[in-house]
Amino acid sequence: MDSPLLPHGVKRCSTWAFFFWTLPWLALLAWGGLSAFLCLWKGLNQTNMSNVFAFALWIVFDLAVIALGAGAFFTGFLTYIIGKKELKNIINTAVIIGFICYSGAMAMLGIDIGQPIRGWFIFWHANIHSMLVEVSFCITCYLMVLAIEFIPIILENRKLEEIKELRLFGHNLHEVMAVFAATGTFLSFFHQGSLGGMFGVMYARPFAAREGFYIWPWTFFLFVLSAIACGPCFTILCTKLTEFFSRKKLVPDSAIQLLAKISAWLLSLYMVLKIIDYLGWMYGVVPRAGLTFESFFRQGPYGVWMVVCEMIFCGILPAVILMTPKARQHQGWLIFACLLNCTGIVLNRFLFIIVTLAIPVMPFDRFWSYLPTWQEWGIGLAVVGYGFLLFSAAYRYLPLFPKERELNPITES
Amino acid sequence: MTPFSFEWQWNIEYLIFFGLLYIALAIIGAGITFTIIRTGLQALGFMRERHF
Repeated sequence: MDSPLLPHGVKRCSTWAFFFWTLPWLALLAWGGLSAFLCLWKGLNQTNMSNVFAFALWIVFDLAVIALGAGAFFTGFLTYIIGKKELKNIINTAVIIGFICYSGAMAMLGIDIGQPIRGWFIFWHANIHSMLVEVSFCITCYLMVLAIEFIPIILENRKLEEIKELRLFGHNLHEVMAVFAATGTFLSFFHQGSLGGMFGVMYARPFAAREGFYIWPWTFFLFVLSAIACGPCFTILCTKLTEFFSRKKLVPDSAIQLLAKISAWLLSLYMVLKIIDYLGWMYGVVPRAGLTFESFFRQGPYGVWMVVCEMIFCGILPAVILMTPKARQHQGWLIFACLLNCTGIVLNRFLFIIVTLAIPVMPFDRFWSYLPTWQEWGIGLAVVGYGFLLFSAAYRYLPLFPKERELNPITES
Repeated sequence: MTPFSFEWQWNIEYLIFFGLLYIALAIIGAGITFTIIRTGLQALGFMRERHF
């Protein structure tokens, strides 16, 4: 039915099979739509957020997807600025994943601010001393950059490419892509950093507070480093998932291996700095606040096990696997390490957001618990549904993987 | 916020913060404008199309 829209020389499933594949994701979107409608109509009382948990599930999702989407800017930087030609085989995928992550995060923030009609206040009545204002500016501008990077991929659609003006526009955009990639790198560096910096300057919350350099706490640099260490791994995971479902090889091993190797070095550097950061915090910030490391975990379900999981199982272990050439070249180990790396980043963001707010800071304080409502889950999972839908549609209708035809020649039977 | 807004303050913090924002927006705007003009010129035949 939609065969005139499919890329030349590649095989896709039938329209019906594609329709059934989209159903679960459409269901997630419908759940999210209903939740968003309730939140906008009745207000944020539909959530379990409170004065204590002003940041909750949506912010965990936001920070996690923004870190996971960092593959877009970092792969763009490596491809267009550093000139790693192998990555041209995976840059389209990285851009679309980045676009999905950032647009999903923005949509979620639209609900999170309670009154989206006043969303423009943050730009017009900006408090320039707020890290969140910087984050808002950079994320908005970077979403524009991602949309611009996405346009040439859309214009490569078989039908759209027949229109001369659109084809020319797409080609011309490709030619100036280095400028957008550089702008995206600048914007991403600052918003990834400021998201971390925001926690580091919470001096009243010693669990998150950190020392730093000039106005930037160490978390500023650690968030940037962690994002560029896990972003490429998420891109690899999405590619491998697409290869699994399509039962095809889509990206040459050289591109995947290069990305995994870069990720390995960055993750290793991040782990070394993170260990130093933890030690500096345990023997510096925490005792000065009159606390000990154990005192953070005396109440509630969160314990030292979370830090152990973050650092050892989801940090050092994937770094070792990815640093070992033999393990990295093994498909199963590569996927396992990428999965651990991405889980580690989500855990890190969870620790900084939820655990920071839950644990008591004063002797008379108590542990605060928080469980998201179905509306909060609905909006969070809608981003997952939206991501699957957009990525599936992009894979079906756009030449997402430039080497797909070469790697999977169609044999006449 | 622009320098014409009543909240604007002429100090280094505002200049750096908004300066960088407007530079980023200007680069994005200039990139798109350049591409549109170039496409228009190529489509109308005033400029040669590059082939990849």
